Amino acid sequence: MVEPQVEPVRLEVNGVTRRLFVAAHRTLLETLREDLGLTGTKHGCELGECGACTVLVDGTPTLSCLTLTVEVDGAEVVTIEGLGTVGDPHPLQRAFAAHGAAQCGYCTPAMILTAKALLDVDPEPTRTEIAEAIAGNMCRCTGYLPILEAIAAVAEETR
Amino acid sequence: MRIDPTHGIVGAAGPRVDGLAQATGTLRFLDDLAYPDMLWGKILRSHHGHARIVSIDTSRAEALPGVHAVLTGADLPVAFGLLPVSQDEHALAVDKVRQVGDPVAAVAADDPDVAEAACELIDVVYEPLPVVTSIEEAVAVVDEPIHGEGPRDNRHREVSLEFGDVDAGFEAADHVREDVFFYQGNTHAALEPHGALALVDETGRLHLWSSTQVPHYLHRIAAKVLELPEHRIRVTANPTGGGFGAKTDVFSHELVAAKLALVTGRPVKIVLTREEVFYCHRGRHPVLMWFKTGFTADGRITAMWCRTYLDGGAYGSYGAASLLYTGQLQTTTYRIPAYRFQGARFFTNKPACGPKRGHGTPQPRFGLEIHLDKAAEDLGLDPVTIRKRNLVRPFSTTVNHLRITSCGLEECLDRVVAASGFADKHRSLPPGRGVGLAVGAYMSGAGLPIYFNDMPQSEVMVKVDRGGLVTVYSMAADCGQGSTTMLATVVGEALGLDPGDLKVVTADTDLTPIDLGSYSSRVTFMAGNAALEAAMKLADLVLTAVADELDVDPDEVAIGRGVVTAAGRELTWAEAVRIAEARWGLLSATGSYKPPKDIKGDYKGAGVGPSPAYSYSACVAEVDCDPETGFVTVEKIWLAHDVGRAINELLVRGQVEGSVHMALGEALMEEQAFRGALHDGPSLLDYKIPTVLEMPPVETILVESVDPEGPFGAKEVGQGPLLPVMPAIANAVHDALGIRVDEVPLRPDKLLAALRDLERGGEGRYGPTKLPDYEFRSPLPVEPPPEFR
Repeated sequence: MVEPQVEPVRLEVNGVTRRLFVAAHRTLLETLREDLGLTGTKHGCELGECGACTVLVDGTPTLSCLTLTVEVDGAEVVTIEGLGTVGDPHPLQRAFAAHGAAQCGYCTPAMILTAKALLDVDPEPTRTEIAEAIAGNMCRCTGYLPILEAIAAVAEETR
Repeated sequence: MRIDPTHGIVGAAGPRVDGLAQATGTLRFLDDLAYPDMLWGKILRSHHGHARIVSIDTSRAEALPGVHAVLTGADLPVAFGLLPVSQDEHALAVDKVRQVGDPVAAVAADDPDVAEAACELIDVVYEPLPVVTSIEEAVAVVDEPIHGEGPRDNRHREVSLEFGDVDAGFEAADHVREDVFFYQGNTHAALEPHGALALVDETGRLHLWSSTQVPHYLHRIAAKVLELPEHRIRVTANPTGGGFGAKTDVFSHELVAAKLALVTGRPVKIVLTREEVFYCHRGRHPVLMWFKTGFTADGRITAMWCRTYLDGGAYGSYGAASLLYTGQLQTTTYRIPAYRFQGARFFTNKPACGPKRGHGTPQPRFGLEIHLDKAAEDLGLDPVTIRKRNLVRPFSTTVNHLRITSCGLEECLDRVVAASGFADKHRSLPPGRGVGLAVGAYMSGAGLPIYFNDMPQSEVMVKVDRGGLVTVYSMAADCGQGSTTMLATVVGEALGLDPGDLKVVTADTDLTPIDLGSYSSRVTFMAGNAALEAAMKLADLVLTAVADELDVDPDEVAIGRGVVTAAGRELTWAEAVRIAEARWGLLSATGSYKPPKDIKGDYKGAGVGPSPAYSYSACVAEVDCDPETGFVTVEKIWLAHDVGRAINELLVRGQVEGSVHMALGEALMEEQAFRGALHDGPSLLDYKIPTVLEMPPVETILVESVDPEGPFGAKEVGQGPLLPVMPAIANAVHDALGIRVDEVPLRPDKLLAALRDLERGGEGRYGPTKLPDYEFRSPLPVEPPPEFR
């Protein structure tokens, strides 16, 4: 095996500056999960199809499994760990639990981050706009209906 | 156990007890575990559909820096299989590979890249063998069958049973109809890929974590294959990121991770890629089926003959049970006075099929519900009337000896028809729009365990500490269905405590008493009953001690919400618990559940189908079909489900909506299809599942028939609601366009072919027309129950 090329990278992850050396082929998903221990971001398909690895890069929902860490040098990254905790959850996290928007919970962190990105730019989305925003995030358990309700409820609350 | 809830805990719609852990990303799935000195395992898999292994040379892989161990079939020679009758798999192939993706060798290395590179350095010489990929090919006698010695055919199992006089029933009929249907295979596509992590602990015992729905079965099989006593192995099931049956089998990667940990002495983790998950499969069997049914002029069934042909893939897996499931549950919705069932499962060189939501019953349900619709049209009846004429009655026995208890089928049918306006819409909507109806039933747990024994199927232990914390111990594995919340709710209701205030310890063979696993929709009914029994015993200990302490009559002591009341006094739960601990010592209690023995017949095959209770569902689908493109849009689904009693309404509705979503995919787009032995598209890009944009509104109607034996009257909801959706959609397409697509998925090209057939003066049908050239043995006559004689 050829020794991989290693690059220095600086990321703002959930408000904290992280300086790392990463192999050029390392994905942002691997960096977050394996180097930084932020396992709330999930691996579902490694090909950008399921959306479970979505994180916010400079506020935009981004598939971390298709993003090389070196590509986002200097960027602000928000993962589910940056939103809230069990003791102090973000309104979206609270609404997802209350509305039954998670069953197995595997797609949930990515779904919540995608919803946050939507509400950050459009605090009063229609149901269709919510659906379009999360159309790239697969959920195999819920049939999506409680997810739509939870996001709409948060939009309603903050109105 | 028939106890009515009084504390408003059962029946509420509160959040899951792990809801915030899920929403904050802190619920730990298998792949979220890691150890500092952990190695990564990787499996080398076959790219041949069928081949003899001539030689394996691992020397180049072993020499790669960073590689710690390489295994082949010689290191794990013991055969295994989930069912005792199907011990036909190896953790790593021995002598032969039987499907693309069969595990051949495995590596443990410092990181995943090295492990993958090492796999590429393993030199395997194969001698390719002829590949069998269809039932038509599998019925032929060949020199090299997939299992066993040739010459012989590739039949795996056959069943041939007759209950009552079917020929006499056909003779007595005014109308007899025959139909052929095909149900394409599809897969679970749970979002979490399977994974396992193993290590040897400080006492030398093996600890195996897995994303499994069945820690007990994994425990048994790991002991067998690793040749260790069960007490030297601990299995922990992580919360799984979706199961749907995908994780109810035992897989190569679990056994290989364990063996690699034993060999290297270091923790080893293996997580599958999405492509590997598609090749592990164990999903829906492709089934070709034929129904012949006799009816009286007013639509009553006089006899039914059903034949099914299952494409099982390369291994037995749960297939012997899947085969019986394609025949057994037809009688649970309609009274069929005479019934003949013949079915056969065949081996092919494709990933093995197994249980997916509804296990073996969605395929015949699809056929049966369309068959009935066609018969109704022949007889000039509407789809509601023909079903109502034949509904099974509550507290009755079926001709194949299944015991029916609570049954809300008629109420489900009435309510879904009323809510959807079915009677006004059917045959009356504008061209291209249509409505369709279907019903279904499913088991609240398989009546028999997978391996024969007389022990309970579920056991639960509860313990209380001095602070009042109640801990519930159960091996039930939460695969997203909410079994942990169910346990907390049932115990909470019995003790007047908020489910979120209880601690639930689950799915660990060292810590928790038996639960056979999260399959066959068994957990609420069985583990729920065991939990209720344990909680009631515990409540009794507390109430008795408080009565003694306060010197009042035990009848004057009662449990309220968080309190114990006694003759006008009120103690907090914690105060009451301390009185009880002083009286009895450590406060704990156990409960066990075993299904009644009298719920099955005594013929060969009678073990599959019996359940302590059946759930019932009815569905109306409204569709909009584009005759230009053949594209079906589902506008709305109405689904009524008899859940007995909703333990948690939020979770019950979630199971209904999730079932509708999965059913929609099966009906319209999903197929586990192959080019030869190669998967047609083993990725979530090629394998289409419905996104939020395809999901229609769902009107869920919960019917509570309050089962006399279910915990607080509850029955299952995880699988049943899926069953009627596919045929309801197919029947709606017929109402919309006058065509019949007698197979799933109802792809646009099939609709267009049926429309072309209609234009050319044909019957407007797309679907199979003939059956394989296979002779069933004559049916074994089984005496029906007395009421059918």
